Amino acid sequence: MRSRFDRQLETLNTMLIEMGMQVETAIAASIEALKKQDTALAKRAIASDAEIDQQEKDIEAMCLKLLLQQQPVAKDLRLISAALKMITDMERIGDQAADIAEISICLSQAPRVKTPEHIPQMAAATSKMVTESIDAFVKKDLELANKVIADDDVVDRLFDAVKGDLIKLMSADGSSGSQAIDLLMIAKYLERIGDHATNIAEWVVFSITGKHEDAAGTEG
Amino acid sequence: MRNMLKFQLEDVQLWYNDFKALHGVTMDIEEKEITAFIGPSGCGKSTLLKCLNRMNDLVEGCHITGKLLLDGEDINATQDVNRLRRRVGMVFQKPNPFPMSIYDNIAFGPRTHGVTSRLKLDGIVEKALRDAAIWEETKDRLKKSALSLSGGQQQRLCIARALAVEPEVLLMDEPTSALDPISTSKIEELMADLKKKYTVVIVTHNMQQATRISDKTAFFLLGELIEYGETEQVFSMPRDQRCEDYITGRFG
Repeated sequence: MRSRFDRQLETLNTMLIEMGMQVETAIAASIEALKKQDTALAKRAIASDAEIDQQEKDIEAMCLKLLLQQQPVAKDLRLISAALKMITDMERIGDQAADIAEISICLSQAPRVKTPEHIPQMAAATSKMVTESIDAFVKKDLELANKVIADDDVVDRLFDAVKGDLIKLMSADGSSGSQAIDLLMIAKYLERIGDHATNIAEWVVFSITGKHEDAAGTEG
Repeated sequence: MRNMLKFQLEDVQLWYNDFKALHGVTMDIEEKEITAFIGPSGCGKSTLLKCLNRMNDLVEGCHITGKLLLDGEDINATQDVNRLRRRVGMVFQKPNPFPMSIYDNIAFGPRTHGVTSRLKLDGIVEKALRDAAIWEETKDRLKKSALSLSGGQQQRLCIARALAVEPEVLLMDEPTSALDPISTSKIEELMADLKKKYTVVIVTHNMQQATRISDKTAFFLLGELIEYGETEQVFSMPRDQRCEDYITGRFG
């Protein structure tokens, strides 16, 4: 019974995992490039964005084909509709990783002011959220998905801390303004990546339970 | 707002001689809704549908226990089966027009129930054909044989014939399985209109049809009601693994 459909779903699952890995690699590279002021690595992170965009298109085409051919219901329908929504967030994470890499290239061209300590913490927390949201999908792990959703508050608090750090930096050293704004942009991108990871986790919850709630707790 | 209950079934068991076809079905069917019965062949869904207007009376060796109420009245206790079948009409899988004119097909039921006035019959025929969305296609050929109609038109004619006696319930046993997609979609559109006035219970093997047209879905397996709920819930988040396996095509 339905072995072809099962094979197609298995392929879809593999494609999603591969896209997830690509996104994780992109964030790790852009954060590493920022830390080490490594322009070559930053360029690689930027280049991988095109691959992520292509993966999104391929998965989207696969989902539309399955909707057309198999007219899925129940958990098949939840999986395919969740996949269609998740890839949009994964693609945005890829964009933001590339944006961080671009800023890190600019920052590497001038002597760096002291990087606020909360930025590496924020980077670690958001990339963990992304990894765990994809793990939750792979393992169909409801508990892990809910943990990712809860962790978004940690990232939001870190963002506020970074803002505070940068305000202090600018008032202590008037010449640091331009770099401080770049660093604030990076922090904002990280904060958005956290939001996208939360969205992915919410779709994982939907694919398991059939219920979709946004982080504010209202069903959407 | 919750509708009134049209049927109340309690522990309905049915045997064909020694074979037990229904193992204690308990369910309510709401008025002016479309309820779909789904399940693999031989699961008892058509058998249960036929219990609702006692079509099983015609089957030798059939024995039923349990409660089957229509508007609170015991269906199996009623003496007047003709009245029951006027209230609860039926449309079958294959269109079965009588070998007579379109007009006479529709007028057949009302005439049997004693309507003789030509004027009155004209009105009933037009209304039934309009309600079944086939008036425009037949109004200029009412005297032609019903057998000259296409399969899809014949099935809508059969629906019109069922409506002519002003039933309260329409039972449909796979009404579109012999039809092409265009005729199928016309009948589905029609059903959406019919439920404003009638209670509809449909047996279908077409899962997509059940999701498109029905308010509630009941899944049967081996003579048991396994899952019954809002159609959207049954097809997006079924509670029972056997129901999930069946609707997703995993059922071996």
